[in-house]
Amino acid sequence: MAKNLRWKVLIIVAVVVAAGLKVYPPGEQIRLGLDLSGGVHMVLRVQTDDALRLEIETRAEQLGEQASLAGIAIISVPATLPTEMRVEGVPADRDQEFLNISDDLLQASFDRESEPGGAYTFRMQPGVERVLREQAVRQALLTIERRVNALGVAEPIVTPHGSTGDQILVQLPGVEDIARAKEIIRSTSLLELKLVEDGPAPSREQLLQTRNGVVPSDMMVVSGADESLGSTLGSTVFYLVRRVAAVTGRDLRNARPTIDEYNQPAISFSFNREGARKFGNFTGANVGRNLAVIMDDRVYSAPVIQERIADEGRITGTFSQEEADDLALTLRSGALPASLTYLEERTVGPSLGADSVRAGVIASVSGLIAVALFILAYYRLSGINAVVALALNLLLLLACMSYVGAVLTLPGIAGFILTIGMGVDSNVLIFERIKEELTSAKGVRAAVSAGFDRVFLTIVDTHVSSLIAAAFLFQFGSGAIQGFATTLFFGLISNVFTAVFVSRTMFEAVLTRRREATLSI
Amino acid sequence: MAIFKNPNFDFLKWRGPALGLSAVIIVAGAIAVLLQGGLVLGIDFSGGTNVIVKFDAPVTEDTVRATIASAVDEVVVQQYGPAADNELLIKLPQGGTESGTSLERGALAVVAALEQGSVGGFTVIGQELVGPVIGEELKRRGLSAFAFAMAGILIYIGFRFRFSFAVGAIVAVAHDILITLAVLTFFGYELSLNVVAAMLTITGYSVNDSIVVFDRVRENLRKMRRDAFDTLVNTSINQTLGRTLITSGTTAFAALALFLFGGEVLRGFAFTIVVGVISGTYSTIFIAAAAAIVISERSASRRAAVGAPGAAVSQKAKRRTKKVRARVS
Repeated sequence: MAKNLRWKVLIIVAVVVAAGLKVYPPGEQIRLGLDLSGGVHMVLRVQTDDALRLEIETRAEQLGEQASLAGIAIISVPATLPTEMRVEGVPADRDQEFLNISDDLLQASFDRESEPGGAYTFRMQPGVERVLREQAVRQALLTIERRVNALGVAEPIVTPHGSTGDQILVQLPGVEDIARAKEIIRSTSLLELKLVEDGPAPSREQLLQTRNGVVPSDMMVVSGADESLGSTLGSTVFYLVRRVAAVTGRDLRNARPTIDEYNQPAISFSFNREGARKFGNFTGANVGRNLAVIMDDRVYSAPVIQERIADEGRITGTFSQEEADDLALTLRSGALPASLTYLEERTVGPSLGADSVRAGVIASVSGLIAVALFILAYYRLSGINAVVALALNLLLLLACMSYVGAVLTLPGIAGFILTIGMGVDSNVLIFERIKEELTSAKGVRAAVSAGFDRVFLTIVDTHVSSLIAAAFLFQFGSGAIQGFATTLFFGLISNVFTAVFVSRTMFEAVLTRRREATLSI
Repeated sequence: MAIFKNPNFDFLKWRGPALGLSAVIIVAGAIAVLLQGGLVLGIDFSGGTNVIVKFDAPVTEDTVRATIASAVDEVVVQQYGPAADNELLIKLPQGGTESGTSLERGALAVVAALEQGSVGGFTVIGQELVGPVIGEELKRRGLSAFAFAMAGILIYIGFRFRFSFAVGAIVAVAHDILITLAVLTFFGYELSLNVVAAMLTITGYSVNDSIVVFDRVRENLRKMRRDAFDTLVNTSINQTLGRTLITSGTTAFAALALFLFGGEVLRGFAFTIVVGVISGTYSTIFIAAAAAIVISERSASRRAAVGAPGAAVSQKAKRRTKKVRARVS
């Protein structure tokens, strides 16, 4: 018996020491959730349709190029679905030739459907569509991750979210300038260099005057700030540019903030080999014309191409230094493959978070103290037993959370309170039972032993049913509910250990030393 | 020290009035819910915009409401936390489609209107924007979490105890949920994720309470073979009464601390727990076992009726019923 007891005490001491080491120092070991630390929680949806459209546009452009090289003039018609492209005007006598070209280019990923009059619809195969969508989400995830890391946020979370496959969860604890963080994450930062066909003009109508107000199908209208000398600040001008970009930010190697010749903040960028080749060819062929530097559908500048440029470029405009820094950051981290929309955003200011921590701690501590005082008053010396068990329970719970890296949230604190309740319940069940057994006059040791034995099954039943509930809550719940389920789960497990094993060992330790048969309960 | 020395109250005698009282509260709650056109859903489920603003100087809700009335159509302004903090919660319903910046539009309009108005300096200390897609998803996940957790618990009880006990536990849980919903409605609390978590907690709690009583009934079935089932159940409730009250008392205490000091975010949660614990204690004493008895009697008398045609054998049938009643666990 005594040897058995020594082992039990040894196990308990070992567990307590291990838990203590895991929890100390609490500031570093226990991570606080966003609701407590302050920060921003966002759920974004990647508009994967964008990625499909881009693929379709690129393919349509390639098809047109190949066809015109072979001397077949075709017209690409914008399609309604993001997975379709339509070609019209294939001359009947060149039909076979066109089919050969399109098969070479598109057969692997598109289904072709022919219509009378030399028109064809190319439909993206479902497998290809799925892969493209997945790629877009994965790439967006990586891009956002890089941007968030560049922001210097400690322990950010960027992960896929939800069941639809196109949602991304971003959590940035402790971010102060939330608006800036959001802007940096959301900015698609797609840099496009496009040839200017016409403009700048002060209005859309004037721009299209010579074309009877119609935008040609291979061109588009973009606007930007008017930066010519003597213009009113902030006025807008319009450009008619080629729809397909000569080079895009996808071919960038680097981007960094710099200063232009007027001492204004600007961004310089350089291309990778593929980009440099494309850009060199393009500028070489278009010397003397204007090139629009477009980012996120806005023209930043439209300088004249002076000579063939291979691998370097610069974006000038009216930037503040911070804007230039942020733009360079987002360009460097890569363009987003698709635009993002916000599905959910929760912001907790640092002061609100701190208030919640204070309130939560005050509530937990005052609740705990009130409960402890009650137990001590009601069960007298045995109450010490229960209070020690409760305190150990909370220590183990914190250690478990720290061990699995769970985050402590407000609902988690609520889980703590419930754990206190469950802990008290187990102790009360046992003590009430011991009291009952004492009245049937079996002697203290037998009563304690019987009390623990009889109640053990009840405790197992109540805990198992709560564990079942906690497991389902964690599996199917979201955010708040999961935080609650996590603390409840660990609280229940550590409670069985403390209320049954630790408490019983304490009784045994006291009772083996004493001869008299009374118990303060 | 003990709350009751060998309590022996006849709780089952009171089950009629007890059920009546519960029914009154639940029906009143249902009427209140119907009158306001359904349960009030919080932003987590309904979607929408919440902006928490801290003002430098005290302002009234009405002033703020008037200031932003022109910028947004429908708005609720209410005090957030203690009055001395000068914090207001501004709620906008879900509006517009979910694309681009539209999710932020309401919040931006509110901030712009406040900046132009004459309400003094302020800071936005918190902001929640929930789009309809997420609202739907949270609703779905909350409901399925609830349904699965309940099913899991019931299967476990059905497995560990008798079927009638599982039904008794369901009845008690349903009772507690309905009572809590009714009281939440009376006090104007909205159903948020935190409140749902609290409801799940009281569900677990109510089941716990029922299990403790059922466990005792199971034990007593071996000891008190000569007593009728109702007497036995009543004794079991009395024997566990001390534990039931102490546990409920301490948990309600802890939850009360949360309600008083836990801050604005946890207020709904704590309130739900307090109400749920009280209702749970009540249902454990008056409802759960009573329901189990009713179910047991039904199945017992059905079995008895098969073998007892006519009034002459009714005495025998009664005895058999008693035997069936006692043959449990």
